[in-house]
Amino acid sequence: MLTDLELKLKSIEYRATILRIIKQARAGHTGGDLSSVDILNVLYNNVLRVSPATFADPDRDRYVQSKGHCAEALYTVLADQGFFAPEELDTLCRYQSHFVGHPTRNVPGVEQNTGALGHGLAVAVGMALAAKLDRRDFRVYTLLGDGELDEGSNWEAALAASHYKLDNLVAIVDRNGLQITGPTENVNPLEPLDEKFRAFGFAVSRVDGNDTEALMDVFGRVPFEAGQPNLVLAHTVKGKGISFMENSVKWHHRVPSDEEFASARRELDDARLRLNGR
Amino acid sequence: MEPGRANLDVFAETVLELARQDRNVLVVTSDSRGSGKLTHYGETLPDQIIELGIAEQNVIGISAGLASAGKKVFAASPACFITARGFEQIKNDVAYSDQPVRIVGISAGVSYGALGATHHSLHDYAALRAVHNITIIAPADNFETREAIRAVYNAAHPVYVRLGKAPMPHVHRNGSSFTIGKAALIQDGRDLTFIACGETVAVATAAAELLAAEGIACRVLSMHTIKPLDEEAVHQAARDTRAIITVEEHSVFGGLGEACAAVLMQHGATLPFKIVGLPDEYMVTGSQKEIFNHYGISPTGLAATARQLLSRAPHLERADLPAWSVMNLAAPAGVGEP
Repeated sequence: MLTDLELKLKSIEYRATILRIIKQARAGHTGGDLSSVDILNVLYNNVLRVSPATFADPDRDRYVQSKGHCAEALYTVLADQGFFAPEELDTLCRYQSHFVGHPTRNVPGVEQNTGALGHGLAVAVGMALAAKLDRRDFRVYTLLGDGELDEGSNWEAALAASHYKLDNLVAIVDRNGLQITGPTENVNPLEPLDEKFRAFGFAVSRVDGNDTEALMDVFGRVPFEAGQPNLVLAHTVKGKGISFMENSVKWHHRVPSDEEFASARRELDDARLRLNGR
Repeated sequence: MEPGRANLDVFAETVLELARQDRNVLVVTSDSRGSGKLTHYGETLPDQIIELGIAEQNVIGISAGLASAGKKVFAASPACFITARGFEQIKNDVAYSDQPVRIVGISAGVSYGALGATHHSLHDYAALRAVHNITIIAPADNFETREAIRAVYNAAHPVYVRLGKAPMPHVHRNGSSFTIGKAALIQDGRDLTFIACGETVAVATAAAELLAAEGIACRVLSMHTIKPLDEEAVHQAARDTRAIITVEEHSVFGGLGEACAAVLMQHGATLPFKIVGLPDEYMVTGSQKEIFNHYGISPTGLAATARQLLSRAPHLERADLPAWSVMNLAAPAGVGEP
């Protein structure tokens, strides 16, 4: 279990790795990686009961990354957890690498291949339902993009999650407010998102999805209500942590130039110094 | 051929037997337990049926999650919907993720007859053949259905089993065997081979009986596994007989016929060959049988196609023919005599 300071330092380290591997691969979903990495950080370091040693254990907690395009954030955290050697991250998107631009089970630690949107929630429902049927106490976490909620399949899965009273299911929406074309509320409005999920039978909690302390608190309160699936509406900033990437649509899958990369590294170094000095 | 029951009934009965012995067996349905003949199953084992309502994408996605947690899932839903509405989930959640879900397409092909094109599945072989890592099985009769369901119970990888709802005569005789990926020899002959699958095997067998009365000896193969295809059985048919007719309850595009044609062409076979299936159009209104008859998938229709093909097929010297025993097929008892 990491302290909050340790978590915050991890987040900085993860952001640096994400930007490095995206730059090296000349591909990646920069904005969403940076908005979601604090959630992955808290989950893998302090919440999920899973490790390389227990990955085959039927009682392990599961994590399904429905927003598969943010594979770089997931790979970065899995490497840090020891699922594979960190050097392997350097092969991202390279010829014959199994580190594809969207997660696959060929990468140790990945539960399910994702990338097409609107798939992860149903798969997570299936896993959580299996736990209920077998009276196992593992939990299933899935991370959804907000733009992804345009896909109707999510809402089919949401109906089933509440029908089967899956309070062992934790769906997290990375609510950064932007999709590739622009603000979600201009493309295909989602609000009021909390009310929609409540109407589908979920117990909903809002959280600042870039605040590790708040995330620890919200995951500590699961299940929010007995017999109801959990929905964490994580308000995040797309491109979080790098000033010129924040809240900018163009950073959805832009690769930083040499100058931008150097500037981003300086911002992360400054943030680390500030944290260590406090 | 002795009359039998609907393959769907045999599926439901077999899966119930398996589920009684193994609590990990689950049937997942899309408001489809009635059409899947699974009402009795649901009443008998209410804890081993997962109802998801009319939501085929969800059926596949949730089945993938259940399978990943060790459940032996039979996802049973009308073939027309589950392989079209649920296609991306089959491609990604099941096949690409290698989750061993057994997808059971019920009332496939034109089983729903006059209900129209929305309810026909004439695309499923073509669509799924192009997806890596899924076995496609279309059992011919009650025997093949029972054996297929028992075999896929232990599947380690994704499978699609395609079933119809018409009563099926027994095309297999006692002593038959069933192996996924190996064509089943229904009867042997040296003039022409029918390579059929699913509910068209009985039709091809009846056509072979008509032709036998005229002195034309037909080999009938039940190519119950469309993928992976038993290529050797196709080659052997090309070596042993003068012409090949493929028969399927599917579009003539992308199904069993084109799979066999690809095998033959790429190995230089030049014998007369005809793909009989459903043409590239919306079906004439009618029952499955009426649709079959309309498009020549009938004993007389297939017999006529056979005569036509043989009229332009060169006669082979008997001495050139390899022995039947070369074929790596399980020959049913009493079958195989010229």
